[in-house]
Amino acid sequence: MTAIEIATATTPTVPARTSRRRGLLRQLIDSKKALAGLTLLALFALLALLAPVLAPGDPSLINSTGSQAPSAAHWLGTTAKGQDVLALTLWGARSSLFVGFTVGLAATGVAIVVGLASAYFGRVVDDALTLVTNVFLLLPGLPLLIILAAFLPPGTSTVILVLVVTGWAGSARVLRAQAKSIRGKDFVAAAVVTGERPLRIMFREILPNMASVVMTTLLGCVIFGIGAQAGLEFLGLGDSSVVSWGTNLYWASNDGALMTGAWWAFAPSGLCIALVAFALALVNYAVDEITNPRLRNRRARRERRG
Amino acid sequence: MRLILRNLGFYLLAFWASITLNFVLPRFMPGDPVSRMFAQAQGTMQPDQIAQLRTLFGLDDRPLWEQYVSYVKSVFTGDLGISITRFPTPVSEVIGSQIGWTLLLGGVALVIAAVVGNLLGIVAAWRRGGVLDSAFPPLLIFVGSFPYFWLAMGALYLFGVSLGWFPLRHAYDVGLTPGFNGEFLANAATHLVLPALTMVLVSIGGWMLGMRNTMIATAAEDYITMAEAKGLSPSRIMFRYAARNALLPSVTNFGMALGFVVGGALLTEVVFAYPGIGYQLLMAVQGLDYPLMQGIFLTITAAVLLANFLVDLVYVRLDPRVRVR
Repeated sequence: MTAIEIATATTPTVPARTSRRRGLLRQLIDSKKALAGLTLLALFALLALLAPVLAPGDPSLINSTGSQAPSAAHWLGTTAKGQDVLALTLWGARSSLFVGFTVGLAATGVAIVVGLASAYFGRVVDDALTLVTNVFLLLPGLPLLIILAAFLPPGTSTVILVLVVTGWAGSARVLRAQAKSIRGKDFVAAAVVTGERPLRIMFREILPNMASVVMTTLLGCVIFGIGAQAGLEFLGLGDSSVVSWGTNLYWASNDGALMTGAWWAFAPSGLCIALVAFALALVNYAVDEITNPRLRNRRARRERRG
Repeated sequence: MRLILRNLGFYLLAFWASITLNFVLPRFMPGDPVSRMFAQAQGTMQPDQIAQLRTLFGLDDRPLWEQYVSYVKSVFTGDLGISITRFPTPVSEVIGSQIGWTLLLGGVALVIAAVVGNLLGIVAAWRRGGVLDSAFPPLLIFVGSFPYFWLAMGALYLFGVSLGWFPLRHAYDVGLTPGFNGEFLANAATHLVLPALTMVLVSIGGWMLGMRNTMIATAAEDYITMAEAKGLSPSRIMFRYAARNALLPSVTNFGMALGFVVGGALLTEVVFAYPGIGYQLLMAVQGLDYPLMQGIFLTITAAVLLANFLVDLVYVRLDPRVRVR
């Protein structure tokens, strides 16, 4: 919803490109929300990268008695099988973040191509692409995910593919709206007249002018990717031999962690997903506020009007 | 009228797309999922039934287009094949026996979330900057960051296992026979509370924020100032003047949510082992029961499309601007 709001709102206020690029980064760091979000993300990325150092060895190795509550030896306790929950959570970050960001980037990529092509070529191309986008938006997401995942051979690449297929349409709609308004600007017409190639106009003229919308859709897609991967794996439709936050939850639920009261087996992975999603959302809101004057000055504007 | 016809065409197209997807998936997927299924089902089935299934999944020698035509035909006549995990029950019968529970769970959760969420949104917008307006949205965004099924597991653990207030699984106690008597209804209701509550918890934020935002826009309209100037009571202005007009986007959302009732309760049903259509979909996936999977997917898609179409119809009645266009 916020993304659509931006798409309609940022269009008229596109300041000079160079000053804004530097400005966006600096403003992001100045913003408390963004700083908190970025710090949290960096922390998780660091933990994921350092997993082999912090918890050496195969995390799914059984090295203790099962279902132990958190203690000095196992800070987050052990699973019903006797695996260290902390090690599983640290290693899980690797797969979850990797899949989340890959899905986010790929889905945004597809959305950019579809949105730009729609806006640039217009007419038949636009009609056809909009139709396809709307069909994908209308088909129920989770059941479609399940059907696709069930027919394809299991594995991380399947999960990524399926999530990209089901996740691009919403972003494509937002990006198309934004690209369409830029398509109508004089400098694009000038580029067309000077005979620039369509690809160059799409990616060098139009795309840089919608950087902030691309950024928010990217963040949204990553949030979707991480959450949907976890959901899919929780249902047992991922590759259950890979250690990720989703499979951790799947095994916790399968091993009856809930019924035996082993809250430590399922709490950490879920909290991690929530924290990453929250951090991404924080950055997203900060980008919104910086690039969308309406959100920033809503109160001031109201007072002036009233 | 033209708008409705155009949308109807679009919905039919979307339905055709999902039928085609269903047709294509088992035939062109690597790893031959259908053979896996047959290997598993071989023991329990009669030879002629296997032959029938082979036809359904395109393992016969007819040309592809012929198979396609007969597949589409069988879908529109309601013949979705035979379930393998619940052999020899037809797929449509399996779906029919379970969709009621899904509709009950999804419907109850949707109505509660929509009514309470909209009311909260109205009040939040009317008292801008108040406790409800400033404390709730960030809280709801934080709650929304959690994976839904994880919250459901937490609720199950806290209220079901630890405190023991609510039953842990299924829609009614084992041993009870379904029927319209007080005992059974009360039992089903206690089983309904926890799943429905978790669904309300995660969806109520969207309703509230959406209503709040449109209410804020509506409250700035001139006719609200006019109503205030006339000296009408605040509650009358709030509900009869502002909220009534701000409700329009919520109607759209309600329709779309209505469509997702069928498929949206999937994770809830899985966590609480609630015997609805979503839980059945997962069971079908685990049992490699492809006819049932496809049947459920088509049912869910059809429900979504139908709900969207109904919203279009209602919208034309509610919003005169649409009729003019």
